[in-house]
Amino acid sequence: MKKFPYYPGCTLKQAAKHFETSAIASAEAMDIELVEIQKWNCCGAVASLTADDMMHHVAPIRNLVRVQEMNEKGMVDNEYRLVVFCSMCFNVLKRSAKRVKEDADMLKTINDFMDTEEDYEGNVEVKHFLEILDEIGFDSLTRRVKKPLKGLKISAYYGCTLLRPRGIGIDDPEAPSIMERFIEALGGEVVDNPYKSLCCGSYHTVGGNKELVAERAYKIINGARDNGADMMITSCPLCAFNLDDRQELTKKIHPDFQHMPVLYFTQIMAMAMGMEDRAGLDGNHIDARPLLRERKLLEG
Amino acid sequence: MTEVIQISEKSKDFLKKVEEISGEVITLCEQCGICTTSCPMAEDMDVSPSNIMRLVQIGDEGVLETKAIWFCASCFTCTVRCPRGIDLAKVTEALRQINLRKNTDYLDINRMDESEVEDLPTIALVSSMRKYTG
Repeated sequence: MKKFPYYPGCTLKQAAKHFETSAIASAEAMDIELVEIQKWNCCGAVASLTADDMMHHVAPIRNLVRVQEMNEKGMVDNEYRLVVFCSMCFNVLKRSAKRVKEDADMLKTINDFMDTEEDYEGNVEVKHFLEILDEIGFDSLTRRVKKPLKGLKISAYYGCTLLRPRGIGIDDPEAPSIMERFIEALGGEVVDNPYKSLCCGSYHTVGGNKELVAERAYKIINGARDNGADMMITSCPLCAFNLDDRQELTKKIHPDFQHMPVLYFTQIMAMAMGMEDRAGLDGNHIDARPLLRERKLLEG
Repeated sequence: MTEVIQISEKSKDFLKKVEEISGEVITLCEQCGICTTSCPMAEDMDVSPSNIMRLVQIGDEGVLETKAIWFCASCFTCTVRCPRGIDLAKVTEALRQINLRKNTDYLDINRMDESEVEDLPTIALVSSMRKYTG
């Protein structure tokens, strides 16, 4: 088993436990052991965008120092690729890593500030798990599939932080294909959605704007449904909350709305790898199991 | 009729401040409007993204009072499409920050229903606190 440093982030330990369970199972299926970084801290969820703010880069950089330490302690073997599953954590950590790599003065200031930590050397590469799969090769993924997702019509939902801005996102921000190649590799049928990278409303789900998010869910989910999708997949726990849990509000506003399961990409991967028991299928708000049983992809 | 807009020193200072905090050269904007047509929040905004840019260019501090700067969710769609290479997400972040650095929060979580807060995932709470509070 190849060991990778792994950053879970807060939501994989709380509301999206089914994301973490299925992520660990999916990695195992690829002979990857995810070694959780020690004493990790919150990345901040959103990247600090102002030019004069350094403080909010400290938390992400501190996590990168932990990756260095893991290498020094031999917990991983010369592996500076930090694996992240949550789109938002991925975006924040990668932006901070890139910023200090390009700005030696800023790196020095942050290192001086973190006076009880060892200096960050600037060598950690923040990688989304989809990128790792792409590097291994989706053909290799296909060879490991035990139960192809035959007949399942799946629509990819990228959202924002997996794709944008350029230089951070994992694929072409205007015409991404990595999730579609992933679905195909698992034997699923790809369904396009014109709104696959339209913002779900993000943190507007907090406070007085949750109707805006529910309307966004209506548009995005119907975009997939109109093309014949059975389900959508995502890698962002905030998108998942907005598109899965907020469907109840969508239904209240639009009685004609039909619910659709929205799963984490690792959940369908764990299923295809024959690890249904670790796919966390009891964790989604809109239960995908009736659909999967109907398609003979799940027993019972 | 040509309307001449006089830009005062105070207005120039405001433009300079926003450019400094955002790190973006706002005068590069030529008002093509692609940000507005790309923006998923534009229909809910009181002032469009391209209008925000124009207001900052002429140093109109009234832009700080708009709802639009809070509607921007940093989705970076305009950022990847701006033909002048301006990162508009950084500009709206700077405008929000100018407000938040005066110790004025845009969201008070204590005024929200407790059960509603409990239903929210951590990622939603952390991101909204980061964007809406100083």
